[in-house]
Amino acid sequence: MFQTTIDHVGVEERAAKLGQRSIKAATKVQGIKLALSMIDLTTLEGKDSAGKVRAMCQKAKHPLPGNSEVPHVAAVCVYPNMITVAKQALAGTDINIAAVATGFPSGQYPLDIKLNDVRSAVNLGADEIDMVIDRGAFLSGHLSKVADEIALVKEACGAAHLKVILETAELETYDNIRKASWLSMEAGADFIKTSTGKLSQAATLPITLVMLEAIRDYWYETGKVIGMKPAGGIRTSKDAMKYLVLVKETLGDVWLTPHYFRFGASTLTNDLLMQLTKEMTGMYQSVDYFTVD
Amino acid sequence: MKKNSEAPHLEIVESRRLLFGDLWDYAPSPEKPVNLKKHYDLFIDGKFVPAKSGKTFSTINPATEESLAEVALADEADVDRAVKAARKAYQNVWSKMKPAERAKYIYRIARMIQEKARELCIIETMNGGKPIRESRDIDLPLVAAHFFFYAGWADKLDYAFAGRKARSIGVAGQIIPWNFPLLMAAWKIAPALATGNAVVLKPAETTPLTALHLAEIIQEADLPPGVVNIVTGDGGAGAAIVNHKDVDKIAFTGSTEVGKMIQKAIAGTKKKLTLELGGKAANIIFEDAPIDQAVEGIINGIYFNQGHVCCAGSRLLVQEGIVDVVTRKLWDRLRTLRVGNPLDKNTDIGAINSKMQLEKICSLVESGVDEGARMHQITCDLPERGFWFRPTFFTEVAQSHRIAQEEIFGPVLSMLTFRTPEEAIERANNTPYGLSAGVWTDKGSKIFKIASKLRAGVVWANTYNQFDPASPFGGYKESGFGREGGLHGLMPYVELI
Amino acid sequence: MTERLAILKTYKLYIGGKFPRTESNRYYQVTSAKGKLLANASRGSRKDIRDAVVAARKAFSDWSGRSAFNRGQILYRAAEMLESHAQTFIDEIMAITGKTKKQAGDEVTASIDRLVWYAGWADKYMQLFSTVNPVATKYWNFTYPEPTGVVGIICPDEMPLLGMVSKVAPAVVSGNTCVVIASETNPLTPITFSEVIATSDFPGGVINIITGFKSELCGPLATHMDVNAIDYSGQDEKTISSLQEAAATNVKRVVIRRTPHGNDWLGDTSQSPYWIEPLVEMKTAWHPVGS
Repeated sequence: MFQTTIDHVGVEERAAKLGQRSIKAATKVQGIKLALSMIDLTTLEGKDSAGKVRAMCQKAKHPLPGNSEVPHVAAVCVYPNMITVAKQALAGTDINIAAVATGFPSGQYPLDIKLNDVRSAVNLGADEIDMVIDRGAFLSGHLSKVADEIALVKEACGAAHLKVILETAELETYDNIRKASWLSMEAGADFIKTSTGKLSQAATLPITLVMLEAIRDYWYETGKVIGMKPAGGIRTSKDAMKYLVLVKETLGDVWLTPHYFRFGASTLTNDLLMQLTKEMTGMYQSVDYFTVD
Repeated sequence: MKKNSEAPHLEIVESRRLLFGDLWDYAPSPEKPVNLKKHYDLFIDGKFVPAKSGKTFSTINPATEESLAEVALADEADVDRAVKAARKAYQNVWSKMKPAERAKYIYRIARMIQEKARELCIIETMNGGKPIRESRDIDLPLVAAHFFFYAGWADKLDYAFAGRKARSIGVAGQIIPWNFPLLMAAWKIAPALATGNAVVLKPAETTPLTALHLAEIIQEADLPPGVVNIVTGDGGAGAAIVNHKDVDKIAFTGSTEVGKMIQKAIAGTKKKLTLELGGKAANIIFEDAPIDQAVEGIINGIYFNQGHVCCAGSRLLVQEGIVDVVTRKLWDRLRTLRVGNPLDKNTDIGAINSKMQLEKICSLVESGVDEGARMHQITCDLPERGFWFRPTFFTEVAQSHRIAQEEIFGPVLSMLTFRTPEEAIERANNTPYGLSAGVWTDKGSKIFKIASKLRAGVVWANTYNQFDPASPFGGYKESGFGREGGLHGLMPYVELI
Repeated sequence: MTERLAILKTYKLYIGGKFPRTESNRYYQVTSAKGKLLANASRGSRKDIRDAVVAARKAFSDWSGRSAFNRGQILYRAAEMLESHAQTFIDEIMAITGKTKKQAGDEVTASIDRLVWYAGWADKYMQLFSTVNPVATKYWNFTYPEPTGVVGIICPDEMPLLGMVSKVAPAVVSGNTCVVIASETNPLTPITFSEVIATSDFPGGVINIITGFKSELCGPLATHMDVNAIDYSGQDEKTISSLQEAAATNVKRVVIRRTPHGNDWLGDTSQSPYWIEPLVEMKTAWHPVGS
């Protein structure tokens, strides 16, 4: 396995440079639609209710009511308790249901509970499982413990896709993020994901770039295409376009689909819709005209 | 997307080549060209005047080959006028002015450049062919910063030279190249003014326009007439400056060939001289380097400004254990470079500055193929008109190949390999040049060791092509002498008493 | 037709980029040279000092982390702002001190030029004070200055504008943040100057200005455990020795300047990179050399 270190300044300069690409006109419209189709529309709150989840699923199906050109999102992302509600609400659509599991967001639970969490979520109908790694074990050097756990979770997933959340803000260094990315891919991740969204620091461009480069290098070595999901902190269309640029110029077209790239986000959806409407009408928009779900 | 559907069949995976296609491509995003004047005159004694001979030459946009304007062609007589104006301004006004007031003029120029940055960077790109992204984000900010930096020195010279007082020299004749037209003008003019000298500057023949717009700024800033004079023209005007009896100092940036001619021409005179000449810099990648950033540094090292950079990292030295991985990553990165309209904000590689330069690049690349090196060149579309060269690199290059020895000054990289640090140092230094070098390794002690052994004026570690007005720049050996930038950049423009 | 009644300015403090009233709500009257009441100035208290130090400490990491170029630009911007408000300052100084137009004008233009002068030092003082040290072993050894932290500045009573600019500029140019006890006899001009600071892109908290009685304010500032240096200009020996003593509580760097005095403030001798140097710490780093 070929590994490398990461220079902090260099990777941030590169990400900033990519973030400067000028996205105009047709590219913008197409990019916004692409981004919408890549969203894992997410609600992960203690106060989540059936009503809230149903409303969100409605948004997931018809982001811009009355406009059939706007694609639906890729998936909804909920706590396991809400899988059944989401399943009912999304019946007959091809929107996936992603559930967080493995003692989300801390991961500080015994292994058997984490595995049961996963199995139960899959049984309830989750198509995708978003797991968290044991950051404590990772930071104290118990890498094989982290890897073994991912492998067992993957097994428990059965046919469901596995997204592995690194919680990059807690890993702190780019070297750690690359190491954790690699370890997760080797252990069976279908996607690697930056964050739980529960910390103030979440996805950033350079962190995503580091993970995309790890995905590329893993593909160079194995031919396996692993997906990427930045989550948290991506709130504007402008930000979303920068992420798409990163994918386009680091991994290329193969990854520019919801199969291999997702945004974990909630408020991003409305900004994408506002900017899309602005592009269609030529007028700047107000939040008052977009439903808060 | 179908639920649990199979991913699209990925033929590309089998051959393990990333697919950089047009699934989601960038729409054109060009800056609007600036309306230029039809005619540009010389700037002498605070006024714009035609050449005495009345002659002009046409300056073009290398990306379209269209003429942009007619520019006055200065000859010996015009240079003489300019030198006389400079001498008068030097004696009567500029050398006598309170340093703090001198500083204020230079600050004014810096501020006006910031205010007009957008217009200036567009003209720079139209006249020189460099991508707008670079003229906007690199050239223009550095131009303004350079004036700011040296403005501050004007009234602080007493602190710059321990135990000595600095005195201005007189009239400085400055001849600059076409690769960073306005930035090189800033590098030359700012320290000369700060130290109290008057200036006669000659921009390169192919890129006179931004210097003349700078002249407008200088005029608007109310700089006393004659302190800065700008004469446009060809090599004849340059020679007239070099040979003028009343010029006290020559500062030249350009080719080593011309640099040697100048050094010879002023031999036996009392003129002071600084030369910033060519280079063939080694960019050394060790196995323990941060590879992805190193690849980025290789790209930035050689494809920045179409490779029209004297300090370009044109000789890539890669440690043997990572040759395959570097080659593969470099190739995949190279394919994402966007070549085309320099005014488009997404263009990475613009036009080659002139037909002459393009021909030189082509002939050296041909020699590389003939001598047996392996060429890797991307296959992008190029505009029909204008001067273009696709980003290229060579592997299997031997130290004796012309492409490993001669300065190509284009987007062409030669990759060589090495086994040990000693070998890397030996190869890096095995050149008549000595302007710059790059070192990539995660090991700090190695950086300091290699840096101390490299016979080069600037060494970048885990980065490349960084510039700052506070940082001195200049070469060893045939890359010239004297430093520009920083405290050290004052030295060429003062006499110590 | 009756003459229009002027709107009077309320002179408050300047802390953390805002203009709060003094916490104690006390005031003292400032009269013109001719004895006319000009304003009720804020009589700051120890609690204002406390708040100002918190603001200064909070601003330190951002300000010291900025590029030297950026700090220089901001100081230069302050000079631009001061130049455009020069007349306001001239009028105010004339009214309070009874100085002639020429004298007040000299003070204001010297203040502008001094800001420009120190703006230029932002990216230069380091080249002056740094060294590469040729140690005998296989190490790369270099020394360079870093800002010391929060500086407490006690301004002279004379030259309320120039005295303050001359003290504050060399402190903040290197990245320090400061708490300034302004001229006691003319506390109005320093607060008017804070309006210049507030419109010059200085982040809030880099410069904080407290007006009031030095007898009440110097003690809390000099004993404050989160202040790294005390920088005093004036001739009051009692204050000087008490500051020196108080500074020992947490080993503050102490700068005492008995000169310049009077019109000397206007001259070039009252500006120097050696006014920057006492408020920086020298750091030496060792690094091995070898492959």
